[in-house]
Amino acid sequence: MIEIRDLSKAYGGTPVLKACSTTVAKGEVVVVCGPSGSGKSTLIKCVNGLEPFQHGSITVDGVSVGDPKTDLPRLRARVGMVFQHFELFPHMSVRKNLALAQIRVLGREADEADARGLRLLDRVGLVAHADKHPAQLSGGQQQRVAIARALAMDPVCMLFDEPTSALDPEMIGEVLDVMVELAREGMTMMVVTHEMGFARQVAHRVIFMDHGEIVEDAPAAQFFAAPASERAQGFLARILHH
Amino acid sequence: MGEFDFSVWGPSLPFIRDGLLFTLRLTLIAMSGGIVIGTLLALARLSPVKPLSLVAGAYVDTMRSIPLVMVILWFFLVIPFLTGTPVGAETSAIITFTAFEAAFYCEIMRSGIQSVPRGQVWAAQALGLTQTQAMVHVVLPQALRNMLPVLLTQTIVLFQDTSLVYAIGAKDLLKAADVVGKNYNRPVEMIVLSALIYFAICFSLSLAVRQLQKRVAIVR
Amino acid sequence: MNYHWNWGIFGEQVKGGEETYLDWLATGLGWTLAVSLTAWLLALVIGIAVGALRTAPSRPIALIGSAWVELFRNIPLLVQMFLWFFVVPELLPQEWGLWVKQDMPAKEFVTAALCLGFFTSARVAEQVRAGIGSLPRGQRDAALALGLTLPQTYRHVILPQALRIVIPPLTSEFMNVFKNSSIAFAIGVMELTFQARQMQEDSEQGIETYLAVTLLYFICAFAANRGMAWIEARTRVPGLIARTS
Repeated sequence: MIEIRDLSKAYGGTPVLKACSTTVAKGEVVVVCGPSGSGKSTLIKCVNGLEPFQHGSITVDGVSVGDPKTDLPRLRARVGMVFQHFELFPHMSVRKNLALAQIRVLGREADEADARGLRLLDRVGLVAHADKHPAQLSGGQQQRVAIARALAMDPVCMLFDEPTSALDPEMIGEVLDVMVELAREGMTMMVVTHEMGFARQVAHRVIFMDHGEIVEDAPAAQFFAAPASERAQGFLARILHH
Repeated sequence: MGEFDFSVWGPSLPFIRDGLLFTLRLTLIAMSGGIVIGTLLALARLSPVKPLSLVAGAYVDTMRSIPLVMVILWFFLVIPFLTGTPVGAETSAIITFTAFEAAFYCEIMRSGIQSVPRGQVWAAQALGLTQTQAMVHVVLPQALRNMLPVLLTQTIVLFQDTSLVYAIGAKDLLKAADVVGKNYNRPVEMIVLSALIYFAICFSLSLAVRQLQKRVAIVR
Repeated sequence: MNYHWNWGIFGEQVKGGEETYLDWLATGLGWTLAVSLTAWLLALVIGIAVGALRTAPSRPIALIGSAWVELFRNIPLLVQMFLWFFVVPELLPQEWGLWVKQDMPAKEFVTAALCLGFFTSARVAEQVRAGIGSLPRGQRDAALALGLTLPQTYRHVILPQALRIVIPPLTSEFMNVFKNSSIAFAIGVMELTFQARQMQEDSEQGIETYLAVTLLYFICAFAANRGMAWIEARTRVPGLIARTS
């Protein structure tokens, strides 16, 4: 589904990604972790072309992201993305947040888009809040709406960029529950997160990054049982015993 | 396309120079007078003496909500009643701009004074300085430094606004261009020349202010 | 000097004419409103477009945007009036220039509205650019990630938010438009300042004249202020606390 080959990127002269390669198969859940500044957020933003890259290639469902001839909006419409700070559109009601891209990008009728939006809101347990504005919801609720907004586009895969790290601790659970359910239904997911509980529970593979490099790329069970590199061992020790 | 004849620029230069000198003189006097009176107005506006702050506030708000051309006409009309004798357009312009700009400099100085942390006043008073001394030696210098770029930007605006003395016929840069244009029957070329001069001066000044802004930002 | 007050002057007939001075002021108010509102509309349309272009990822486009702003910001408005009135027709192809100079209807009004509109557009553009710059970058990313194109992203996500943010600074720009419209007297638009000068000379009741005109400008500015406040209240987003800055 997602194939990243030899990906390198630099801001000015500073390299942020160095020759990263990995794949995410259909139905696979891959967790990307690593210390802050390791390039994991940049990596995931390259996948749907939000960050341009200089070397290497990424293909998503057979479409090359870096190719200037690629219709990026069309590709992005098929790749759901969830952000650290939710990024709901504050000037629109929840209902409109869900309908906007369905109407403008997929060309759905307003009624159809609205109905589809409400179904997904129901799924994340927020249908009662459809007519509120984002600022009237808690952080956890906003992130669930953001997931529903991405799902409304019927994506072939989902990207999560630290979806719980801006949340108060008591709200993390409600968002992770939605993500676990999604994983169990067989959604292809690439998730940047520090939530190792989530990784253990549903991830098929874990990618560990440091200083712009993929240091380790292993099946989840193997990663948690015996991380191969010292850097990953140190990272796990820090994050599990804080 | 019309026919242009820019040869008129040569003989116009002495007139343009005199006009420009008046424009600069007007700008400099109105700036220095405006900053002094504006600072006093700002102190009055922030003063705990209610009538004082009310009067200053009313003056500033009135000046800021009337079109400048009307203010120029008002002063030109009223000054002779107050002095008893007619004054020239140039004198009237200088008084008008000083009084008008004071209102704008006042608001800049006011936010400058308010940008200085309260702790500075307390610290000055703890050292035994009186309230006036604290204001003069501690608060105002900092307010002035913080607001320097904004004060200069306002002065560029003032420089441009002085062209409005056209309304009472004072002989500034624009008027000089206008007169030469009429005398040589080349009004179009002379307007272009005056626009170029204004642009060159204002643009280079605003570039300088931007440089200064960067430096002030670093000092902070 | 002694001044002879005459508050009845407004009802009196002008010298050598049928109308009263009140008619002159009413005409003046009409032209002031016409010039200001037309210019404001123009300034909003162009200013929003230029402000948005200045935040565009393309460098040449952003450069054109800043040249636009610098050009209008560094020449006195009165000189710009003269440029539009005397110089621009000379730059047009000959027949067009001739038509503008001789046959264009309401030439003074059109010139003044264009000039004031373009001048104000540069200031609106600056505000809009700052408003867009103050939005979190993630909003743009989120809209793009949903598959919206860049123009759609501006139209549906960025501008609706940026414009709400800039309503307070735009309010003072709108009030400035009324004040700045007074400069149109210089090219012969018969707006309030033009009428003030004319009535002052004709009636020799300068103080009453200027008081009346000043009051009318106050009312215009106040109405502009209330109008923008109404728009601000209408577009307020539930749950968002108004930003104070």
